[in-house]
Formats: sequence, structure tokens, C-alpha cells
Amino acid sequence: MSAHESVLSVTGLGKTYAQPVLGDVTLDLRGGEVLALTGENGAGKSTLSKLISGLETPTTGQMTYRGQPYSPGSRSEAERLGVRMVMQELNLLPTLTVAENLFLDNLPSHAGWISQKRLRQLATAAMAQVGLDAIDPDTPVGELGIGHQQMVEIARNLIGDCHVLIFDEPTAMLTAREVELLFTQIERLRQRGVAIVYISHRLEELQRVSQRIAVLRDGKLVCAEPIARYSSNELVNLMVGREVGEHIDLGRREIGAPLLKVEHMTRGDKVRDVSFEVRAGEIFGISGLIGAGRTELLRLIYGADRADSGSIQLGRPLQPVNIDSPKAAVRAGIALITEDRKGEGLLLPHSISANVALGNLGAVSRAGVLDPHAERQLAERQISAMRIRSASPAQAVGELSGGNQQKVVIGRWLERDCQVLMFDEPTRGIDVGAKFDIYGLLAELARQGKALVVVSSDLRELMLICDRIAVLSAGQLIETFDRDGWSQDQILAAAFAGYQKRDALLHDAAPRMDA
Amino acid sequence: MKTPTLDSAGTPVRRSGTYFGLGTYLGLAGALLAMIVLFSFLSSHFLSYATFSTLANQIPDLMVLAVGMTFVLIIGGIDLSVGSVLALAASTVSVAILGWGWSVLPAALLGMAIAALAGSITGAVTVAWRIPSFIVSLGVLEMARGLAYQFTDSRTAYIGDAFSWFSNPIAFGISPAFIIALLVIILAQLVLTRTVFGRYLIGIGTNEEAVRLAGIDPRPYKIGVFALMGLLAGLAALFQISRLEAADPNAGSGLELQVIAAVVIGGTSLMGGRGSIISTFFGVLIISVLAAGLAQIGASEPTKRIITGAVIVIAVVLDTYRSRRATRRN
Repeated sequence: MSAHESVLSVTGLGKTYAQPVLGDVTLDLRGGEVLALTGENGAGKSTLSKLISGLETPTTGQMTYRGQPYSPGSRSEAERLGVRMVMQELNLLPTLTVAENLFLDNLPSHAGWISQKRLRQLATAAMAQVGLDAIDPDTPVGELGIGHQQMVEIARNLIGDCHVLIFDEPTAMLTAREVELLFTQIERLRQRGVAIVYISHRLEELQRVSQRIAVLRDGKLVCAEPIARYSSNELVNLMVGREVGEHIDLGRREIGAPLLKVEHMTRGDKVRDVSFEVRAGEIFGISGLIGAGRTELLRLIYGADRADSGSIQLGRPLQPVNIDSPKAAVRAGIALITEDRKGEGLLLPHSISANVALGNLGAVSRAGVLDPHAERQLAERQISAMRIRSASPAQAVGELSGGNQQKVVIGRWLERDCQVLMFDEPTRGIDVGAKFDIYGLLAELARQGKALVVVSSDLRELMLICDRIAVLSAGQLIETFDRDGWSQDQILAAAFAGYQKRDALLHDAAPRMDA
Repeated sequence: MKTPTLDSAGTPVRRSGTYFGLGTYLGLAGALLAMIVLFSFLSSHFLSYATFSTLANQIPDLMVLAVGMTFVLIIGGIDLSVGSVLALAASTVSVAILGWGWSVLPAALLGMAIAALAGSITGAVTVAWRIPSFIVSLGVLEMARGLAYQFTDSRTAYIGDAFSWFSNPIAFGISPAFIIALLVIILAQLVLTRTVFGRYLIGIGTNEEAVRLAGIDPRPYKIGVFALMGLLAGLAALFQISRLEAADPNAGSGLELQVIAAVVIGGTSLMGGRGSIISTFFGVLIISVLAAGLAQIGASEPTKRIITGAVIVIAVVLDTYRSRRATRRN
């Protein structure tokens, strides 16, 4: 197949659930090209990819695939034709081996007995397609790092015909090195003539990996042009539909005495002898690769996990506190806004008011009996203070967008007046507009004299909002940088420092399952 | 979907099918009514004062047990030991009265306390070692049954009419036991929907880690729910003693399945986080009316079991369909 020829085209494609979520999209996917697909959350990226990969059927419009009309009735039909999608959540069985996962739907067998030798051969060949034939096909998938698991998933999609391959936020869980591995493979596939769709928020990645960019906004295609024509700022503006300042004014703050002092915090080899302090009115960033121990560190401070050793001092003046449970942490005035808001933060099927009130029920009840009126008022107060976009306080949190869900979690903590607030990836999976709302809120909290700890994988974000940035690497705090004295290169170098003595490729993605 | 649904007829539509609204209750009431009409056609004696009175005096045990089980299922647990714990409580009462010559009230309190203790043990072991309550309560089931045999020497202990006021109708064929069970239901529904305790239980069943990280220790609440289950099994034991005038160490064998069936017919989720005491009450009525109706039309024991089993499966299928439709509406 010659490169840059249209493999799959959609015309006037639209999808309506209760409301239209995608309207009149016309787009070509070309062989040998990586098309970046981006847009705010809820802009219709997922819907479009689901229509193409057969998970949903369009309400309007047609699709053409390799010159034929194309309307897949199911995902398996689309896959048979060679249209495949690597989902954000990996669809692998961790207890089965690499080989078994690869050929789960078609295990080579004789009269029901699996032919192990043939399976191994096939698996090695399939893994060679992603350049990883060095991995023993008999390794259970659960023992691989997330990056390698994703390669297994990709390899599985390359078995048989594959002309269109869609990646949905493939780097969300990957370390920088695993991202490199992924990009190498994508480039290889592109050269083979596969039409690749790469969905992501991360503009740097899109600019590196793709040739053409399609931006969706509110279900409409805003542009589909060569990516080189746009600067990052222009792309953000296209996505949001309004100007977003690159700099934010954190306002006047008084940075005072230390409010939180952590000393020698250690747990196994995940967190090793970490000490730091955070002052009142300060935003303290923690950077590092995924698996460097950032989330683990916050959980230790919060008492969600037990530390092997280490101490915490809190308050003005600093006093030692013993935190052995989240309950004790909250009583001492520490809050943790977790990274995994769906798994660890929210009661998704329940209302906004129930979620905001969780942890604040004392304030909206008398003698253990809830006051529905007070509960609703509490929710309404946070909905307006946090500008949560919702139908009513009774709306289920699961129906809100990621940004609004995050605001619900934060709103819960604002009611408690904690002095130290720790945010783990506060803007993960949140669209650009809502990100700036969150930054504004962090600034407001800092102005009130609270001590903030922010963990983020987005270094630009930390450099935008933090007063100091500490870098964790392989569980150790390598260095703390001041705003005046940091550079992106220095911080990145520090992030890798702890791994240099290790067999990095297999260990840096120490699985950090959200369980 | 433009087709008007039942819910659009003025009843409040609750979002995501998680909460129990009037629609759910109307559905259950409709099913109950349909069964009553059906049995009235099949048997001329069915729709009578006698049937009503018998029913009202036989179901208090099931009612209070089902209340406890609803709480247990809401936190995502299960308690298989309720029948045995009931027998243990009854045996304890018989030993206290017959062996030690205790009077009725302290004996009754002791029985309930022992039952609550058995429940607390299930809860504490479940929580402390993070073992599924299914397994723990299976062990407690055996232990409680064994103890009941031990206490009574494996014989039915005749206690007499000391407790009979519980089951003797006072007005309209209704006994104090039924009234107590009804009060338990009302109180439990209020606890579930209007109190901090109830809210935490729903939270724990929906996402225990989120509750824990919100600064709430879920463990005492979980143990409390199992203790409450035990306490209610003790209360059911008193109801049963009063009706049989005896403590039977074999009592309540297999009862746990009937209780779970009633709760699940009401629409409480086995996965936790979703449940309603009112719905459970309908579940109890449905399963009891079915049993009484089948007995009246002279169905054989095998037929009764086949039909009851089928009704359980159909009810759960219908409920799944209902909640999926409610979810899809959004």
C-alpha cells in the first residue's frame, strides 16, 4: 500500500445519546501517517474512536474502509477487518502468561490440549513485531512493568491484519523511557503503512509523534491540518476555544513558618529516608517518574499506609504528631486528594451532595441524624464556590466530567479547613480549561496561609505553580529546587539519578496498581 | 427512547438507578398484588382473615432477619450464619430458663447478647484479617450450630408459654411480634436513609477505600453491622420460641438462604452499596405470600421448591433489567 493514501474515511459522522456528543465529522485516516486526535474532555474523542472501532454505532454519517462501505457491528468485526484500538485501560489477564494473553482468542491446540511449543513460537514472533522478542513468552503479564504490558497489548493488536490502529491516551501510565519505547514502535508501524490515530492531551507528545492533528471541540471537528503549522499555544486555543495564559498570577502570598515537617520517612524500598518541610503559604511540588515513590510518600504522610520509620511534625509551632490512619491525619489537619479519584476518592453512583458531605457528616447532622437541608446547602455552597458544572446537587458524581469530579473531591476537603493539603496529580485527565480553575484554587489556598504539597507528572505544571520542587527518584529525595534556581533539564536529570545503578528498564515502572 | 415509561407518570425518577424510589416500591407492590390475585383465583380460601393472620404471625422472624441481612449486603458482606445463630440464641434461652431457673427477661436478654456476640465475632474476624465474610460466617454457622446442640443435648427443649404473649394476636389478628418487627423495619429504614451511620454503610459498600481516605475508619461500622445482624437473629429466636413454645437446636437450618432470597428479591445488591429496607419488606412479603399460597392450593413440597426457586431467579433478572434501564436513561 502506498503511503498517505486514505485507508479509512468518515463522512458526516455523528452520534447522539441523550444529547448529541459528536456531530458531522468528516475525516480521513491515511496509511503511513500518525493522526493526532485531541480536544478537551468530553469533546468527542472517545466517541469518535469507538465509532471507528465498532464499539458504538453512529447515529448519522458513513464510513469507508479501503474503498468499501464500512459499518462494523461489533469490535470483533472491526478487528477482523483490521481496525484495532489499544484502550487506555489495558485489557490483559495478569495471571496468564504473555503468550496466553496474546493468543487468548485463538490458542493453538490439539484436541483441546494447548500446544505449548507452537504457542511459544507464535508469541515470540508476535513480540518481535514490537521489538521485544527478548521477553520470555512464559512470563506472567502481571510481572511486567506497565510499559511492557502495553507493548503486549499492542503486539496482540498486530496479530493478523492491522491497517488502522487507534491509541487512546497510551502514555498516561508510562515513564519517560517507556514512552520512548512506545514512540519507536509507533514509528515502525507508521513505516509499515498503518494508519495510526493517537489520542492524547499532551501536546509535546503529539508534536513529536504525529504528522497531522485533528482537534475536536464540543463534538465538532475544528481542524485537521499538518501539525507543524501550529504552535502549542495555538493548539491549546483551538481546543479550548479561548485564550489561556501561559503564566498565572498566584497573587500576593506570605510564606511563613514551616507547617509540615517530614523526617526520614521510609517504607520498604518504595520510599527511602525522605525528609522535607513545607511552609505556610507555600506550594511545594514533588516531581519524579511514575514509580519513583511519590504517591507512596503522600500515602505514608496521610497514614493510608504504615511507614517503617520516620516522623511527622505539624502546626505552628511544629509539634510531633502520630498519624497511623487517615482518620488521625484528618484530625491533625492533613488532607489528601488522591490521584485515582474514581477508585479512591468518590462514591460514583451517589449524588454530589453525598460526596461532598462524606467526611463532613458531623457538620450536617445532629446526634447522628442527618439534616438533608444542611447537606444540600453544603453541596450548593461548594458547587458555587468551586464552579462545579452540574444539573443539581442530587446529580450522580459519575455523570460529571473529570474536572468537575475533581472539584467535588476538593470541595469536600475545603469544608474541613485542613492546614496541610496534599494533591496527587490534581489535574490528571482534566481538560485545559478546568486545569486553570484548579491552579487558581491552589493559589487561593496558598494565599490563605495553607501549606500545599502537589505531586504531578506534568513538569510544566509544577514549574508554573510551585515555589519549590523536590525530585524523587527510586524512592529517594534527590534534590529540592527553588523557583529561581531550577531548569527543566536539572529536574529531569534528578528524576533519573536514583535509577542509574539499577537495571532500569525492568524496574523503573515498578507496578503501581490502583488497587 | 421516546416511549413513556411507568416512571414518567408523576413518580420521582431517581438518577442512575442507585436509589430506591417510588417506582421500585410500586413495581414490588404490583408483583405482590398480582400474586395475591392469582392465588385468590386458584384457591377460594386464600383471600381470608385466616390466611392473613397466619401470615402476619409467621413472618416476624423473617422480617427482622432480612433487615439485618440488608445492612450486611449493603456493606458488601454476607452472613450465612443467621439460622444457626438463631438456634444458638434459642438454646441459650432454654438453658437459662430450664437449667439455671432464670426468669424470662434476663434469659431473653442473654440469648440476644450471645447472638450479638456471635455476629460481632464474624464481623471482627472479617475486618481484622480482611477475610471475606462469606467464609467467616460459614465457620460461625458450624460453630453456632454445634454450640446449640451442646447446650440442648441435641434435643428440643420445651419452654412452655412464657413467651407466648409475643405471638398471641392482640387486635385484628396481629401479634406483638409482628408489630415489633414492623417497628424494626421503620426504624432501620430511617437509620439507613437519615443517619450518619446509614450513610457510612452505603459509602463503605460503594467504595470502602474512598470512605477510609475521606478520614473515616470503616472498621467499627462493619463490625457493628454484623453485631446488629446477630442481635436481630437473637430477636428472631425469641419470636420463634414464643411460637413453638420450645427451643429447637435444629431451628433455622437453611433459613439464611430464605433470608438472602427475600432481600435480593427486594432489589438489594449483592455487590454492596445499594439497598432499601422497604424493598426488603416487600421481598419478605412476596416470598411468604408465595409459600402460603402454594400451600393453600395444595402444591407438593417439590413443586413449592421449584416454583420458589424460579421466582427468586425471575425477580433478580427483572431487577437487573430495571436498574440497567434506569442507568441507560441518563
